[in-house]
Amino acid sequence: MVPMLIGMTERGPDSSGMAVFTEPVAPQSRKLSLYCGQSGFDWRQVQEALFGLLGSAEFEVSENHCIATVAVDPARVREWLAKEYPAVRVLSVGRSIDLYKDVGLPSEVADRYGFSRFSGTHLVGHTRMATESAVTLENAHPYTAGEDWCLVHNGSLANPGSLRRKLEKLGERFESDCDTEAACRYLHWRLTSGDSLEVALEHAFRDFDGFFTFLMGTRDKLALVRDPFACKPAIVAETDEYVAIASEFRSLAALPGIKHAAVFEPKPAEVYAWSVQ
Amino acid sequence: MVSAMRETVGRVAFDLRRNSVRELNQFLHGDLREVREVVVENPDGAHSLAVGLNAPVHVEICGHAGYYAAGMNKEATVQVRGNAGPGVAENMMSGHVEVSGFASGGAGASAHGGLLVIRADAGLRCGISLKGADIVVGGDVGSFSAFMAQAGRMVICGDAGDGLGDSLYEAVIYVRGKIRSLGADARIEPMKDQDHEAVRELLAAAGIAHPSDEFKRVASARALYHWNADANQTY
Repeated sequence: MVPMLIGMTERGPDSSGMAVFTEPVAPQSRKLSLYCGQSGFDWRQVQEALFGLLGSAEFEVSENHCIATVAVDPARVREWLAKEYPAVRVLSVGRSIDLYKDVGLPSEVADRYGFSRFSGTHLVGHTRMATESAVTLENAHPYTAGEDWCLVHNGSLANPGSLRRKLEKLGERFESDCDTEAACRYLHWRLTSGDSLEVALEHAFRDFDGFFTFLMGTRDKLALVRDPFACKPAIVAETDEYVAIASEFRSLAALPGIKHAAVFEPKPAEVYAWSVQ
Repeated sequence: MVSAMRETVGRVAFDLRRNSVRELNQFLHGDLREVREVVVENPDGAHSLAVGLNAPVHVEICGHAGYYAAGMNKEATVQVRGNAGPGVAENMMSGHVEVSGFASGGAGASAHGGLLVIRADAGLRCGISLKGADIVVGGDVGSFSAFMAQAGRMVICGDAGDGLGDSLYEAVIYVRGKIRSLGADARIEPMKDQDHEAVRELLAAAGIAHPSDEFKRVASARALYHWNADANQTY
């Protein structure tokens, strides 16, 4: 995966991120991917305080990131962090998702957090070239909402403000000013309201004003969709061993067995989904 | 001199895992009088392969090409043995470009002359603003193909997406399969002898066999040629 990310550096040099879906933790447990921008931040102090509060908390620290595993309602941890450690951001919550993202060249971000040692069933990575919002950690992809759900975006939406106002009234909380967050929270809201992915995306085609290729990850699925005008590229390679999706073939060229892969371009306004077996 | 391997007389090979695209293109823009064929190994989706050629050389790209392969081609024959990214043979002036797999969006955009053959499907906006070249697509074409195409011919052996030939000028499109929708001012017209002849000629040049009577002719109704103040922007 790391060569795929680095291969897209020309398209997105300013930030990079990766959501890795691992075997899920126990049903009562949750993993929180945390980030703190302060260098040399003392994660152990946070762990000890959280341990004191909950009686259990596992921390896996990697530079500015930390994956905290707890056996309580993650909302409680989120509230506690906001009060006690406001510099710590919650990047993702779930039983399966681990999320890393940071500002910098994809190769630097991959080295900083050791992307090459990650393992899991599926993952969603992104390299960003910012267009309408600043180069910050908050605006880097993947975006998440709820649990075990993430989305990366190539494109631009013209109506993120109105989507955001609509969703905020429904209780969704926003953490950045990036149009992608509006798309991520909109789709998550539809999915948690009972829509299938296909139905949620049908609504999105009507409600999103703009162009997009979205790649989405859930605990057991990857899904891909392009806007009806196919303004933004996507290419898929399927083999018996894997499916790989990228903006361009040159990012897939180093994959094993790629010469014998079935390579195709996803059609506009069609939902493509792959399930973990 | 670049470090490409001159394997036999008149045949030069570039391996893009060792040579840069710039080395390849600078070689192709140089003196090619002694060169008959240039082979490009491991293209790995690189952009701008064999662009701006201006000599009757044969270039073989052994694998998938990225964006703008064989753009602005003049006289050369460029064969992509794989798929091509967006904008293959855009603004071609003459020569022959062939893609053995599929081509992404904007294939043959604004091409003035020559022949572009795509054996599998072409993406959206194939032949947009075509200015005189011929395009033969063995499979389907995506939506908005031949938008504002001014001159030249397109033969589509499969289906066409939405808005085919929107705002066409004098380019003519031949479609064998279904057309999801025609664009503004494009209409289906009867096939005349010269249309059958054109389809036969282009299919023969592409090495594709279909009877010409399976094709429909799509051309401009020319209603947009003159401003109609009463049309109220509905065409």
